[in-house]
Amino acid sequence: MPKYLLLKHYTGGPERHPNMVPMSEWTEDEITAHIAFQRHVCELLQQRGELVDVQALSPERTYVRYGGPDAAPVTTDGPFPETKELAAGWFLIDVESEARAREVAAYVSSAPGKGGQPVYEWIEVRPVMTDAPPQAE
Amino acid sequence: MNEDIVRVLAPQVLGILVRRGNDFAAAEDAVQEALLEAHRSWRDAPPDDPKGWLLTVAGRKLIDARRSEAARRRREDALSHEPQPGPAEQSDDTLLLLFLSCHPALSPASAIALTLRAVGGLTTREIAEAFMVPEATMAQRISRAKRTVSGQPFTAPGDVAVVLRVLYLIFNEGYSGRVDLSAEAIRLTRQLALASDEPEVAGLLALMLLHHARRAARTDEYGALVPLDKQDRSRWNEAEIVEGVRILQAALARDRRGEYQIQAAVAALHDDARTAEETDWPQILAWYDELLERTDNPMAALSRAVALGEVDGPLVGLRAAEELAPRLGDHHRLDAVRARLYERAGHLDLAAEHFSRAASRARSTAERDYLTRQAARLRRG
Repeated sequence: MPKYLLLKHYTGGPERHPNMVPMSEWTEDEITAHIAFQRHVCELLQQRGELVDVQALSPERTYVRYGGPDAAPVTTDGPFPETKELAAGWFLIDVESEARAREVAAYVSSAPGKGGQPVYEWIEVRPVMTDAPPQAE
Repeated sequence: MNEDIVRVLAPQVLGILVRRGNDFAAAEDAVQEALLEAHRSWRDAPPDDPKGWLLTVAGRKLIDARRSEAARRRREDALSHEPQPGPAEQSDDTLLLLFLSCHPALSPASAIALTLRAVGGLTTREIAEAFMVPEATMAQRISRAKRTVSGQPFTAPGDVAVVLRVLYLIFNEGYSGRVDLSAEAIRLTRQLALASDEPEVAGLLALMLLHHARRAARTDEYGALVPLDKQDRSRWNEAEIVEGVRILQAALARDRRGEYQIQAAVAALHDDARTAEETDWPQILAWYDELLERTDNPMAALSRAVALGEVDGPLVGLRAAEELAPRLGDHHRLDAVRARLYERAGHLDLAAEHFSRAASRARSTAERDYLTRQAARLRRG
């Protein structure tokens, strides 16, 4: 059974659908409906025995790297170009096939947004590598 | 070991309960509860009659469950599935449980999980660990599978080919968690072989043993993959090879060949060679030709291209591999085979390029690392 990471982004990715209006312009009810849908997706995946993990990420980010011998680590927290991808969270799923992973991604993307209309959000689908060596040559 | 006793007895107890007319899903739940209780209360010493103990506890759990279910007025439907009375043979039970757990209505992942629990006697937690998913997720996958199976007609003859496919998938999951799924698949296939005289069952058992025999040599001390032609053959498991060959020969003698027997024959020819150079490639090629008369699986055709490259030279092998490109697309194994054949033909740059391309699309870290190192080796040389 392959695992896939379904990534949601704050910024970046292909050109956005006009329905992807920033959440700051939604009404309270629209936001509530959106969050309820996310929970519904989790329950559905759980019931089907496909959910491995779900997490949301804070938009804050800091880049850190080794600073060299006897030097402090180098850090930077931006600013970064607006086009840069910023991950917002993920569903990690364990499914029958890549086709099923894409089906789940499309469903996640249909979450209700402004005016109760689907947000048509781009979901990035990434295969997770297995670390089990093959049993045959 | 307690655990081994429990796992051998679990399907036997389940078989008895199902044969007595209990619903499969309910009986399986009861056996699982009895197993957990055995894990808790037996500790180091199992009771004198462990099977009787499990049967009694599972029977009690089943009655408890039925009472509470009846109170909620459910289950009546499920209880109407009465199995045909049959001989009280353990092997029949194993067969029955395998047919139920590998029911064609189930997806492969569901069949794998249910088989490991109902026939393998593993706990949900162990199965979850083996597949690296949360226990709650695996519990849902199993209970969905049981609901699907419970709705199916009980006495329909099972399709042994479906069972074999599920067992082979379990074998190929290998060893990633605490549970050795390859060893578990061999154990289950042995049980099936006792219950069925279908030559393909023996063929699959032989295939598993002949591949499993090479396991210690397949990775080095750092966990890196070692290809067949570079393996230290003294580390192959001679006992498994001898057993695999014996089982295969008996199966082939019955003259009802199938894909598993043919793949096992190829594996036996590799295992038979004391050095990679001694490999009988013409005979391997002949087996692949026969395999491709039975299946149009492009991966089997790719293996044939490798054999053809060994027999008629790398350029002939490359031509055969290229013919598969429309069907295999950018599958990493096609590029890995191209790389290997280009290297043998002396085109080291092209070989390195194809190893890199294969590495970028591999779906396992072990394969990716191996392919990446191959590309680096050729670029340096």
